[in-house]
Amino acid sequence: MLTKRIIPCLDIKEGRTVKGVNFEQIRDAGDPVELATIYANEGADELVFLDITATNERRKTLSELVNKIAHHINIPFTVGGGISSIEDVQLLLKNGADKISINTSAFKNPILIDQLALEFGTQCVVLAIDTKKESDGNWYVYLNGGRVKTNMLCIDWAKEAVGRGAGEILLTSMNNDGTKKGFALDITHQLSTQLSVPVIASGGAGTMQDFADVFNTAKADAALAASIFHFKEIAVPSLKQFLLNKGIPIRI
Amino acid sequence: MKTVIIQYNAGNIQSVLFALDRIGVEAIVTDDEEQILQADKVIFPGVGEASTAMQYLKKRKLDQLIIQLKQPVLGICLGMQLMCKFSEENNTQCLGIFDEQVAKFKPVEEQLKIPQIGWNNIYDLQSNLFKGIENNAYCYFVHGYFATKGKHTIASTDYGIAYSSALHKDNFYGVQFHPEKSALVGEQILKNFIEL
Repeated sequence: MLTKRIIPCLDIKEGRTVKGVNFEQIRDAGDPVELATIYANEGADELVFLDITATNERRKTLSELVNKIAHHINIPFTVGGGISSIEDVQLLLKNGADKISINTSAFKNPILIDQLALEFGTQCVVLAIDTKKESDGNWYVYLNGGRVKTNMLCIDWAKEAVGRGAGEILLTSMNNDGTKKGFALDITHQLSTQLSVPVIASGGAGTMQDFADVFNTAKADAALAASIFHFKEIAVPSLKQFLLNKGIPIRI
Repeated sequence: MKTVIIQYNAGNIQSVLFALDRIGVEAIVTDDEEQILQADKVIFPGVGEASTAMQYLKKRKLDQLIIQLKQPVLGICLGMQLMCKFSEENNTQCLGIFDEQVAKFKPVEEQLKIPQIGWNNIYDLQSNLFKGIENNAYCYFVHGYFATKGKHTIASTDYGIAYSSALHKDNFYGVQFHPEKSALVGEQILKNFIEL
């Protein structure tokens, strides 16, 4: 049976992990390869690396890092952050990334999704959407890391992106992100049940029950979290055992 | 020991190279006939679309070369599907090593997403390729088309339907999942292939 996926996310700046990490067995908390290896060994199903570097050296540093990760990690991984062209993607895939995630660049230039799907296959194109529920009760798309609001509804953009060739949707709820009060179940459920491609839920994970809810109630195909894993509030093996005990299909 | 990865216009070749490196196997990536013929082991990877890949193989005469190989050959994902007889993906005549056909997943229930992406079990394991691998071990899959079950099936997986997650005939092996991305289980399967 196809299992639900647990995906730790690592923020990368100039080739190092940022946001604190709190792992005793790790010698250098800034080394993404070391942290990623621990997660892979603990049973993470995939990894996401989000590059938040803003310098011109970015592409070279990132591709070197991706190459190093690919040599050490035996599970699939996605790289995102500032990707805006076929050349960017080519370089990352050539260095061993399995998938790339695009966000603002795809919204501003939707044909990029078509081009990437045609060139590299839909399986490696992950569309990331940052979304926020407004007072009118609707979920809207936000750009530039949540700083810029659009008038596009989340579900409309997700459907268009899938039609253009996005192979997966990485959905982050800005209302829930950082709250540790659980995932946004309503919008996750809407996308998971209306889209033909897998939905990765992100933002708000605080307890193991939150993961059970996002899989059972919201029908997410995968769940992503960062700080609760980095700060060892929840360990991947105990989370997976908990979900398995709840009858959720999980790879142990 | 010389291991060759066949170079053609399909993705994930680099990932296979990295995975072999992790298990201490040096491999070369080439489409050179002599190099492929002389190899001890040949890996035929692939992520992409069947008809485009077959056209490319024919243009380089790699289609004729692959079917006459005598050493162990491992097809991965699209590579395995191309070793079958026929694929529904743009109605493509494939290499015909395995009699099994390649069909498209149909969403039999609303939760079934196409393509299948993620970790699924392999069961009914019937080959040295799976030495040391437990029944129902998890492997990583990404595919919208599947090989039907048949006499060459050596592992099965369920996704709406039971299908062949691995095939074997003579010196030819194929796996639908990505051993290069399937954690320790995948590394063991790659080791087993190298040791065949």
